Amino acid sequence: MDNIRIPFTHRQSSHCESGVVSNLLFHEGLDISEAMAFGVGRGLFFGYFPFIRVNGLPLTTFRCAVGGIFKQVTRRFGISVCWQKFRQPRAAMEALDRKLAEGTPVGCRTGGYWLPYFPPAFRFHFNMHNLVVYGKEGDDYLISDPVFPDPVVCPGRDLMKARFARGPLSPRGTMYYFKEVPETVDLSAAIATGIKKAAWAMLHTPGPVIGIRGIRFLANQVEKWPQKLGNRRAALYLGQLIRMQEELGTGGAGFRFMYSAFLQEASRHLNSGLLNELSARMTLVGDRWRDFALMGSRNCKNRATEMESYGAMAEILRECAEQEKSIYTQLLAVARQNEHPKIILKRRQA
Amino acid sequence: MGEDQSEICYAVDDNGQYVLVPSLGWAPKNIANAQAWQVIEDKVADALERVKAGTASPLAYHMARHQMSVGLLAKYVGVFRWRVWRHLKPSGFKALTPDQIQRYADVFDITPEELTRIPSSADDKEQHDKNG
Repeated sequence: MDNIRIPFTHRQSSHCESGVVSNLLFHEGLDISEAMAFGVGRGLFFGYFPFIRVNGLPLTTFRCAVGGIFKQVTRRFGISVCWQKFRQPRAAMEALDRKLAEGTPVGCRTGGYWLPYFPPAFRFHFNMHNLVVYGKEGDDYLISDPVFPDPVVCPGRDLMKARFARGPLSPRGTMYYFKEVPETVDLSAAIATGIKKAAWAMLHTPGPVIGIRGIRFLANQVEKWPQKLGNRRAALYLGQLIRMQEELGTGGAGFRFMYSAFLQEASRHLNSGLLNELSARMTLVGDRWRDFALMGSRNCKNRATEMESYGAMAEILRECAEQEKSIYTQLLAVARQNEHPKIILKRRQA
Repeated sequence: MGEDQSEICYAVDDNGQYVLVPSLGWAPKNIANAQAWQVIEDKVADALERVKAGTASPLAYHMARHQMSVGLLAKYVGVFRWRVWRHLKPSGFKALTPDQIQRYADVFDITPEELTRIPSSADDKEQHDKNG
């Protein structure tokens, strides 16, 4: 097979899926930053699911379901996409090769455990990783993995294994690419819709485990952990929670900082002072989330002082919930206004 | 990520503008990660002990080393969980056909000989260093 190397600009980002979307758009001539892709793709979310277990510990998520950002962004921008899943690993690799031969960079969902370029300390079984394949040399694939500083090379065997990682949310060889990208996109409408959807989901999703109610629910649970589980298990629960919040490419504070960056960028585009103010408040909430993680980590190491009990941590979470509720309410109001300045983004000519 | 492959994260600069900066790591995150690895290492050590004591098959050690549960390993090999569970016992492991052993070995990316050999502590040490 011939060597293929599609000219693809690799830009490092802090989260994999928003980074993949941002880089794929950039390749098509649309300069959308990672934070912008995250915001337009209504990536911000919260859910605490004690009944779903990851390594035997409850699942907490700070972002929307995997693939959601890509789907939302392409829908907002009116980009037609192709989205494929496979049963046969070989068929999945052949389909990838065909697209590469046509000169299309392809986004792939993979597991994190089998990718050899991952540092061993970061190899866990999680199936929500995304990357762009932009070429092939012999049996090796050229990969732009947005969470790494530079493009990487991955043997085909390992990539195949990673694309067919098993377990919860297994990727089943999922790959996606753009079929047709419009010449112009309406950025301001996309921003407004993205904000509206994220704020609505945080405020009004029914049920106790999602959004603001989810954060309060988590606070109540955290408070009970030491009695319910004993100190050792409670520390494990807490450790997992901190990892979900800070690890897994969240850009810090469970995506709150990334979202602030998005709001800041949005305020420039829409010329809205209020959005800028809300961005600053979001940063402060992010700082509180970090305080929570800091206190939590001391509890993990049994180095917490009296002031840093599980009750105190629950209080921080409640404070975050309170603050975020007021932020989202205002965001919803801003996004629902109809007189945004129109920003039309033109594709850069190749 | 590692020392040479830094993650980037969002931070506010002196003018209050968001910028992307390489992350220098953060203690709470490192503590949480260390805790997760400690749990894995405990499981590996426990499995190794059981294998050496003859109460578990070498499969148990490799499963723990790859952070797998019975359910996940069953998915990778394509058999029912109760069969994997049975193969984790020395008696069930002995009954495996070469074909089945090959399938397990393929999942772990090792040779059938490596899979059937009772692991020495040296293997274990090597793995720890790798995970460092």
